Amino acid sequence: MSGTTTATAFATARAEGRAALVGYLPAGYPDVAGGIDALRTLVDAGCDVIEIGLPYSDPVMDGPTIQAAAQAALEGGVRTADVLRTVEAVAATGTPTLVMTYWNPVERYGVPRFAADLASAGGAGLITPDLTPDSAPEWIAAADEHGLDKVFLVAPSSTDERIAMTTAACRGFVYATGIMGVTGTTQTTAAGVAPLVARTRALSPEGSDLPVGVGVGVSTGDQAADLAEHVDGVIVGSAFVRRLLDHADDRPAGLRALAALAEELASGVRRG
Amino acid sequence: MTTEVDRTTSYDADDRGWFGGPEHGWGGRFMPEALVAALDELTEAWHDAMADSSFVAEFDAILRDYAGMPSPLYHAERLSRQVGARILLKREDLNHTGAHKIRNVLGQALLTKRMGKTRVIAETGAGQHGVASATAAAYFGLDCTVYMGAVDTRRQALNVARMHLLGATVVPVESGSATLKDAINEALRDWVASVDHTAYLFGTAAGPHPFPSLVRDFTRGIGDEARAQCLEKYGVLPDAVAACVGGGSNAIGLFTAFLDDEGVAIHGFEPGGEGVDTPRHAATIHAGEKGVLHGARTYVLQDADGQTIESHSISAGLDYPGVGPQHAHLAATGRATYTPVTDAEAMEAMALLSRTEGIIPAIESAHAIAGAMRVARELAEEKGPDATVLVNLSGRGDKDMGTAIEWFGLGRTEAEISDDVTEEPVG
Repeated sequence: MSGTTTATAFATARAEGRAALVGYLPAGYPDVAGGIDALRTLVDAGCDVIEIGLPYSDPVMDGPTIQAAAQAALEGGVRTADVLRTVEAVAATGTPTLVMTYWNPVERYGVPRFAADLASAGGAGLITPDLTPDSAPEWIAAADEHGLDKVFLVAPSSTDERIAMTTAACRGFVYATGIMGVTGTTQTTAAGVAPLVARTRALSPEGSDLPVGVGVGVSTGDQAADLAEHVDGVIVGSAFVRRLLDHADDRPAGLRALAALAEELASGVRRG
Repeated sequence: MTTEVDRTTSYDADDRGWFGGPEHGWGGRFMPEALVAALDELTEAWHDAMADSSFVAEFDAILRDYAGMPSPLYHAERLSRQVGARILLKREDLNHTGAHKIRNVLGQALLTKRMGKTRVIAETGAGQHGVASATAAAYFGLDCTVYMGAVDTRRQALNVARMHLLGATVVPVESGSATLKDAINEALRDWVASVDHTAYLFGTAAGPHPFPSLVRDFTRGIGDEARAQCLEKYGVLPDAVAACVGGGSNAIGLFTAFLDDEGVAIHGFEPGGEGVDTPRHAATIHAGEKGVLHGARTYVLQDADGQTIESHSISAGLDYPGVGPQHAHLAATGRATYTPVTDAEAMEAMALLSRTEGIIPAIESAHAIAGAMRVARELAEEKGPDATVLVNLSGRGDKDMGTAIEWFGLGRTEAEISDDVTEEPVG
């Protein structure tokens, strides 16, 4: 795999004086091929890093929008192997491609096996919304063995001690949840997220230069511009999923809407 | 009654919530980081409260004066004669709101008040935990929101009405399979956004640390009382104890007092639904595999990709695709035995207990009765009529009359009905 690493993608954006744009969509929606088309559309429209959601039956961190797409994907029969296939197709573009997954599907697949198969599909690593580093020794070992990114989350409620522990365990970037809430429900503002970003930067291991990506609650170019001044990465998920759901009967229109939003956000992170 | 907080067992979790140590991996805390601070805060408050004699005394007084504890230990003589051994029933069906669940919610709501939070949320399947939570919220003057699968709100309209009357808000959950597991997901989503002023009254001894141990502490009075009552009446411990296991709060509440009594066999009875050889059951320990659900590593009904499989039981209170992690640990170590009881066996036991003892049990508890009768017959052969099985009669069956009407065809004539119910001659 000759693609850029996640760290390089963030560094490139930083060198250009802007934040990186991270785009999320679940695999398998509207079907596996349609999901790959949608993710490649995000790449073409300017996303610097891609997150592929692994659809799961019990997604406690996700609001109704992502739940709806993930459930449709599961009802359509998407399997873990299809997610890895999707990773392979998207990573082939050279854009760093991570998988965002709840923990049980990885544990069920077998942690070392998942890490090996993700690496051989060209995947960059995992974002684990319900796995914190203190519960993750097996994943950390497997990720280290295969050189995969380990993206853990910090939240406004995290103590300083936990932010230090979490950032020390991250590779690629650290995912800061902009609001106390689930995906796609409330709007994050730069002022709202600033204290968490400042604490995360201050508590990251010295010299690590770990990028801070902010997600949960970002949906417009203006918001991206507002946030981009303060963070290394702007993560958008539900707003992209919404475009696909709104055009469920007309896939080309869905992809056009997706591209338009990605371009708006890509220009937003450059305005910041 | 007196809550005995300082008595630990050889089967407790470590301070990070692992049962049997992290190397065996039962329990733990697989949760979004956003909730970790709240779970840590809860853990600390629970430890402090249980070490505070005034908290414990207040809890005991509320259980006694408001909820009717201790519940009696009752010798079911006519049922005992049928199996040839002594069957003792721990009468949790006589508690306020009709089940053991009131213990847990009063404990958690008292803790909520102590923590200075003003709102509680809860999930509910059939509505029993929702009703209990709404009751405790009314008692303590807390705001209460109950998440309930939309499918269940239609199946259990009476309990929805009870919650409304008690002043709670009931939110029907349409996502996923629109049943209990999805109600838990939705309650967790609420909690992520409301955690600064809201406590989550978890309904069973499952979920992330500290819930499995915290819920056990508030329900262990069942076993502590029963053990003392049995010793006082008969001068010996029972040969076996039995309870139904869905998430497992009534079972762990009974079992805890007996875990270190080596001579006491411990039996959990899981909902076998239409049979564990069919896809329609909820026998998680018997037929599930190790996985992570709702924050704990435990046995889970799941497919090859780790997606949760929808469970089935005629008893909504047992219809859950996971199980409390301490039960997984007790099963893995062999300390307790978990066996399925089918819908049909449970319904037969429901009818039998109604007719022999004048007690209409909850269908959940009827699983325990059916299983305990098997155990009692075996023990009777081995030890004779003094063999004793102590069963947790965890709740009463009023809520289940709709199911009973359908199952037994209770609109029919007396002769038709009695043809269906096999009752052995009572000696």
